[in-house]
Amino acid sequence: MSKHTEIRWHGRGGQGAKTAALLLADVAFQTGMYVQGFPEYGPERMGAPITAYNRISDTAIRAHSNIYDPQYVVVVDESLLEAVDVTSGLKEDGAILINTEHTKEEIMPHLKGYKGKVYTIDAKKISIAALGKYFPNTPLLAAIVKVAGIMDKDTFLREMKASFHHKFANKPEVIDGNIKALRMAFEEVC
Amino acid sequence: MAKRDRLSGNEAVAIALRQINPDVFPAFPITPSTEIPQYFASFAANGEVDTEFIPVESEHSSMSAAIGASAAGARALTVTSSCGLAYMWEELYIAASNRLPLALALVNRALSGPININCDHSDSMGARDSGWIQMYAENNQEAYDNMVQAFRISEHKDVRLPIMICQDGFITSHAVENIELLEDEEVKGFVGEYEPENYLLNPECPMAVGPYSVTDYYMEAKRNQAEGMRNAERVVLETAEEFAKLSGRKYGLFEAYRMEDADRAVVMIGSAAGTTKDAVDKLREKGEKAGLLKIRLFRPFPADAIADALKNVKAVAIMDRAEGYTNHGGPLGADVMSALFRARSKALAVNMIYGLGGRDVRVEDMEQVFVDLQAMIDAGDAGETYRYMGIRE
Repeated sequence: MSKHTEIRWHGRGGQGAKTAALLLADVAFQTGMYVQGFPEYGPERMGAPITAYNRISDTAIRAHSNIYDPQYVVVVDESLLEAVDVTSGLKEDGAILINTEHTKEEIMPHLKGYKGKVYTIDAKKISIAALGKYFPNTPLLAAIVKVAGIMDKDTFLREMKASFHHKFANKPEVIDGNIKALRMAFEEVC
Repeated sequence: MAKRDRLSGNEAVAIALRQINPDVFPAFPITPSTEIPQYFASFAANGEVDTEFIPVESEHSSMSAAIGASAAGARALTVTSSCGLAYMWEELYIAASNRLPLALALVNRALSGPININCDHSDSMGARDSGWIQMYAENNQEAYDNMVQAFRISEHKDVRLPIMICQDGFITSHAVENIELLEDEEVKGFVGEYEPENYLLNPECPMAVGPYSVTDYYMEAKRNQAEGMRNAERVVLETAEEFAKLSGRKYGLFEAYRMEDADRAVVMIGSAAGTTKDAVDKLREKGEKAGLLKIRLFRPFPADAIADALKNVKAVAIMDRAEGYTNHGGPLGADVMSALFRARSKALAVNMIYGLGGRDVRVEDMEQVFVDLQAMIDAGDAGETYRYMGIRE
């Protein structure tokens, strides 16, 4: 049986949803998978709703369409729950991951009766604790890797460390904080 | 040795250009092709290439500078999209009519208006009669491979025409996907040194490039140009054969996907062909004889080979990602239908306009096209031959 995972990201311009989707493609590639990571572009501006997508598969990927019925949805900004139909097409045997300070019970009424699994994570708290700044995409990346079972924690952290050493070659001082944020998120999401 | 990597289409083309290490690269940024000169500027700044990288003030200037460099005897190229290509218009014809080897990495984007930054083929389709060779890609791998082959075709002494290497804006240019890269030395060896026969900076043989052509010579000049284009089809195939020896990846004038016994076929260009392959496979699993013909070389147009590949189909949908405003279809439709007519084809043919301004193309959309083709076969009639796919009326 082939393994094929589709993920849709909802964020706001400037929050790094696109970057997170590209990082996820990157790290999944490192484990030998076929990957796709791409944004859907509109009139780009800070704060406007944006969508990004991932396909991760053990066979070559040829489709170049957006994703309408994903197994997983990541909501980077909970204010989007009111603005965008985030559960549209989301498979009921899949899951939604939401960045929020609220509890799962408080969030459930905003999900239009979605019957699949719901995960919440306070990416702000983690990001501020680990990095001293609010970058929601780093904790969410770790959380979705765990929720979607893309790879185990040790492999993930090892690959991300290598990736950060490349990405942040000019500012190595931020690497430890980012790894800490990934680790905290991986352990916390439930 | 091939290197496995994951890159966006833009990054893949930028890496091909680093490996080619051209002499002159003038550029002006425009979405969605900006990343290519952006990456390349880093390569130049880091000393990874010895290219003269020239940031210019417009696309009119970038193409003019590339033309000047090529006329002088350098290997030159530039990059653009959409309105940037429109702004190069007169220069496109000058490059081609002066028989200047030159490359343009085009990242396809809709022309305004309404203003839109997403993919369709209206920009390059408008330039289809400019005398440039045009080659299209389904994904990042093909964009990279076509770029590596570009100068071998463009500089060939039987061709000597500029070449446009096209890929779909955002859909492939900004999507990170798996790719296999060649080693730098392999690309360098494949592309080779450029040794122009005649060039402006040759003191042994003073010459002029682009002088006035009187009526008595103009037609012969254009006929000569057509001869280069006629030879290009053969040179594209020869270059692809050489490339296959190096990379293991085979290319032709087009890709015939599951066409051997197909009774229904889709003809299209670009990234949606990958999506269509998934649709073809789903139909094949149900025993339906669906096939795809994906155009790689659009100029020159390999009409005879295309008609031959379609000779056994009962119905064909030709998909255009650009309008032609002829009231009966788009540019690919016109060329394929004329090829079918010349070959006395009896196939029922429709021309569908799709994907304008980045309108998404899903596997289900393409499955529906094959359903529509079956309906034509059942009715024994093509019905309306000029249609819009998935339009809200």
